[in-house]
Amino acid sequence: MEKHVVIIYPHPDDESFGAAGTITQFRKQGVPVTYLCGTLGEMGRNMGTPPFANRETLPEIRKEELINACKVLDVDLQMLGYRDKTMEYEDRDEVAAHLKGILEKIEPSLVITHYPDYAVHPDHNALGAAAIEAVRLMNDQKRPVVWTQAISNNYQEELGKPDIMNDISNHFDKKMEAIRAHDSQATGVLRQFEPKEQTIDEDIKRRFSTEEFFIWEFED
Amino acid sequence: MKPIDMNNVQKSLDHFTDKQVYVHLETTNGAYASHLDKKAYNVGAYIRNAQVSFNQAKIVKDGNIHRVGLKLEIGWIYAEGLTDWEITEDNKLLLAGHDREGRLMVALEISEAPFDY
Repeated sequence: MEKHVVIIYPHPDDESFGAAGTITQFRKQGVPVTYLCGTLGEMGRNMGTPPFANRETLPEIRKEELINACKVLDVDLQMLGYRDKTMEYEDRDEVAAHLKGILEKIEPSLVITHYPDYAVHPDHNALGAAAIEAVRLMNDQKRPVVWTQAISNNYQEELGKPDIMNDISNHFDKKMEAIRAHDSQATGVLRQFEPKEQTIDEDIKRRFSTEEFFIWEFED
Repeated sequence: MKPIDMNNVQKSLDHFTDKQVYVHLETTNGAYASHLDKKAYNVGAYIRNAQVSFNQAKIVKDGNIHRVGLKLEIGWIYAEGLTDWEITEDNKLLLAGHDREGRLMVALEISEAPFDY
C-alpha cells in the first residue's frame, strides 16, 4: 500500500479530469493524497455556460472550485502560486527546487504528474518536467515512484502502451462530481466530446473511465 | 459581463484619455486548438499591465462585433471581436469577445491602477 500520494498538475480541474478515479481508489484504502496545484487557471478560456466569469474574476472563482473539488475527493490541497500559461517561462531549476522542498517534507511514496512533451498544454509539459527533475534531485533512497500521464494524440504510437491502465468505472460518479465542482470549466470541456447533450453520454463515460499512467524510469 | 453598449464604452474610453493607464490585451484560441483539430494552429498573444497613455480612443461596430482602437503618442493598440463589457467597482473597463460557446477569444482592459498580478 502507498504511504502518501502527491499529485502535481498545473490547473484546477487537471486533477479531476486526469486522476479523480485513481485518487478515490487511494483514499478508499486510507492513503493520504496531497494535490500540489500549480496555478489558479487564470487564463482559462471557458467562462461558464452561460458565462459568469470574466478575466479578472476568474482566478477567485477557480480557486473556490478547486477547494470544492478537493473536498469532494478528500485530498489535501497546496496551491503553488504560479500563473496560468506562464509555467514554461519560469526557471525550470527554481520550480524543481520549490517542488523538491515540498516533497521532502511530505515524503510521498508515489508522485503523479504529466508526461513532459506528451501532455498537450505547455503548463502540463513544464510542470511535469519540473516535478520529475525535483524527484531526480532527491536522495535516491527516499525517491518516490513517479507516474506520468500522457494525453497527446500521438502518445500511444510514440511511447507504447501505458504501464498502468486503471479502470475507474466504479468511481465514475465521484469523478463526475469532482469535475462538476469546476463549474466554470466543466460544461465547456465536456461539450467538446458531446456537443449537443448536457447528459453524460457513452463517449464521455468511455473516455473518462480509464486513467492511464507511465512509470517514469530514472536513468541514474 | 453585458453586451457592449457603444455610448457608455465610448464615454469610459474618453475618461481614460490623456491619463497614464494600465492595459491588458490578449487573444487566444486555446491551448488545445491543435489537439482537437489537427488543421488548427495554436495562436495567442498576451500583455498585462503595459503602462501607456493614449490621446484618442474609439469604439467601432461591425455587424455583431466591435473593434476598439487606442491612439498612442507613437503607436497604436487595438482589439477586434469584442462583444461584452463591464466596468468593475474599482473603475476598470473590461472588454471581451466571446464565441458562441461563451469562451473568451479576445480581451482588452484599461485601468488607472495596475491589474492584479
